[in-house]
Amino acid sequence: MTAPKTLYDKIWDAHLVHEAEDGTCIIYIDRHLVHEVTSPQAFEGLRLSGRTVRCPEKTVAVPDHNVPTDPDRLNGIRDEQSRIQVEELRRNAREFGIELYDVDDIRQGIVHIVGPEQGWTLPGMTIVCGDSHTATHGAFGALAHGIGTSEVEHVLATQTLIQKKSKNMLVRVDGELAPGVTAKDITLSIIGKTGTAGGTGHVIEYAGSAIESLSMEGRMTVCNMAIEGGARAGLIAPDEKTFEYIKGRPHAPKGEDWEKALAYWRTLKSDPGAHYDKVVEIDAADIAPVVTWGTSPEDVLPITATVPHPEDFEGPKREAVRRALDYMGLTPGMKLTDIEIDTVFIGSCTNGRIEDLREVAKIMEGRKVKEGIRAMIVPGSGLVRAQAEAEGIAQKLIEAGFEWRMAGCSMCLGMNPDQLKPGERCASTSNRNFEGRQGYKGRTHLLSPAMAAAAAVTGRLTDVRDLL
Amino acid sequence: MEKFTTLTGVAAPLPLINVDTDMIIPKQFLKTIKRTGLGKNLFDEMRYDRDGNEIADFVLNQPAYRNAQILIAGDNFGCGSSREHAPWALLDFGIRCIIAPSFADIFYNNCFKNGILPIVLPQEEVDILMEDAKKGANARITVDLESQTITTSDGQEIHFDIDPFKKHCLLNGLDDIGLTLEHVDKIDAYEARLRAERPWA
Repeated sequence: MTAPKTLYDKIWDAHLVHEAEDGTCIIYIDRHLVHEVTSPQAFEGLRLSGRTVRCPEKTVAVPDHNVPTDPDRLNGIRDEQSRIQVEELRRNAREFGIELYDVDDIRQGIVHIVGPEQGWTLPGMTIVCGDSHTATHGAFGALAHGIGTSEVEHVLATQTLIQKKSKNMLVRVDGELAPGVTAKDITLSIIGKTGTAGGTGHVIEYAGSAIESLSMEGRMTVCNMAIEGGARAGLIAPDEKTFEYIKGRPHAPKGEDWEKALAYWRTLKSDPGAHYDKVVEIDAADIAPVVTWGTSPEDVLPITATVPHPEDFEGPKREAVRRALDYMGLTPGMKLTDIEIDTVFIGSCTNGRIEDLREVAKIMEGRKVKEGIRAMIVPGSGLVRAQAEAEGIAQKLIEAGFEWRMAGCSMCLGMNPDQLKPGERCASTSNRNFEGRQGYKGRTHLLSPAMAAAAAVTGRLTDVRDLL
Repeated sequence: MEKFTTLTGVAAPLPLINVDTDMIIPKQFLKTIKRTGLGKNLFDEMRYDRDGNEIADFVLNQPAYRNAQILIAGDNFGCGSSREHAPWALLDFGIRCIIAPSFADIFYNNCFKNGILPIVLPQEEVDILMEDAKKGANARITVDLESQTITTSDGQEIHFDIDPFKKHCLLNGLDDIGLTLEHVDKIDAYEARLRAERPWA
């Protein structure tokens, strides 16, 4: 009898092409997602060495990072460098025979939203992209992680990666979530507990009844931020909800293949007694709506808390907190709910899906964005945008005072014109609150879509439970 | 890729934890389609004010560290985005070695693809090197990859661990893709098996 395996062990073993004596492995890659910012140098590398793309049919390209979200973008991208990168992607896709969802295609959007939507993302696969939030696809029980541009070139040329196996980490969240608490609060709370380096060298498997009860959208939100917890990848075992989501998508298996795939996917769960190198257990009932107050995603507190003192921390973190509070313009001891904001950003690969927009619409029912607050919604894909329009959500949100944008990464990283100005403070559904992330000297508070909507209504960080 | 064998140079102290890749190279410089030329924008928002003037007290602007080749930093260096522009910017500035108590995975990997040696040491040893680096330009540190040793300016030797395969590639400046393609028959065989067992993939 073989030893019990984790889900990660199973996917790893199924993709092992070669293992050297020192444990260095060649791992096969099933899907490669490509965007405009981290790929041009990789394609150029192929050209210079006379190599080609080994499996163009397993590769898909979409511009997302620096495309403007103004509808005017269809008349051309004004920023010259951004335009060149998007044109390069187009040229490379054409030259190497890769499917491209271009700027004017309704299927265009953030690569991690497009992959699942189009059925490229399937359980048990290995999926990579030159973007750290590739972890998102782990929600389907796929081993998915970000890579650098040299590795993008490596995958293009060989359809494999050179790797050593990571350790196994289990994060169990059991119990029921309280009203107003969402997948974003789960994932932020986990990082608050384990720290941004807590998962380094590990692949995290998220399990437990609170994770199982999440929709596919919610599971994607949880896995998306595995990287912020230091893990390259996050995984959730696929179940009937997963299969239901996938069925009928353009690139999902059909007919006999579907039945065969389903039988295989049902084996993709950790065996009882499988070994984890690290285990973290969280009671769902202990999770409150949370926000970040600092410049690291681990700087998480319940919305009912106050801004901490540097003296509450030890070692190098104390100096980091001092620096963060200075950058964020916050005073220790002040209530988080007294923090006033200028901007609300709803979107990103963390929270740019239809369910997120429905959450926002629910909170905004009968309410308006506070005067003077700039509030923007950037759907994660053209299809999410169209669905929200079809459901009547878009119209309601526009009437409530939100800007309704085209799909892209937008203000999550501010590579396009959507940026904060120095000193501006943003309630953001994105994933990183680093210094300058959303714009030079901009200040970011990470939170859930429901909490972002509440902040839009009051103009300050707000406990969404007061608006339920 | 340039080989890494031994390096003797000035080490710059950067005693911050969680130095993220957005700090190392802010997003506005990711719009390039080249690998080179990013050194002048390394740590851009810490190094320059809005008008492009140098901020005098930032370590790489101080006379002693303007030609630093080694960086000594805090925990979780290189966290955040997968942008390889971060190691490209460091390399273009002239940094060939980074020493810290821990690194984020993707950044750590990216370094090796560019001839940069990231070294993980226990906090106490990083502290020794941090103090040594604070002495300035006269305190030159030597890193020897073959023997896996660091020698401080006053002759103290510190051993470091490194994955043997990564060491081999760095010492010889090897191209990963070339190495993998030596196993192309195994990739072919894997794909044949995949077509039979998981045709949908």
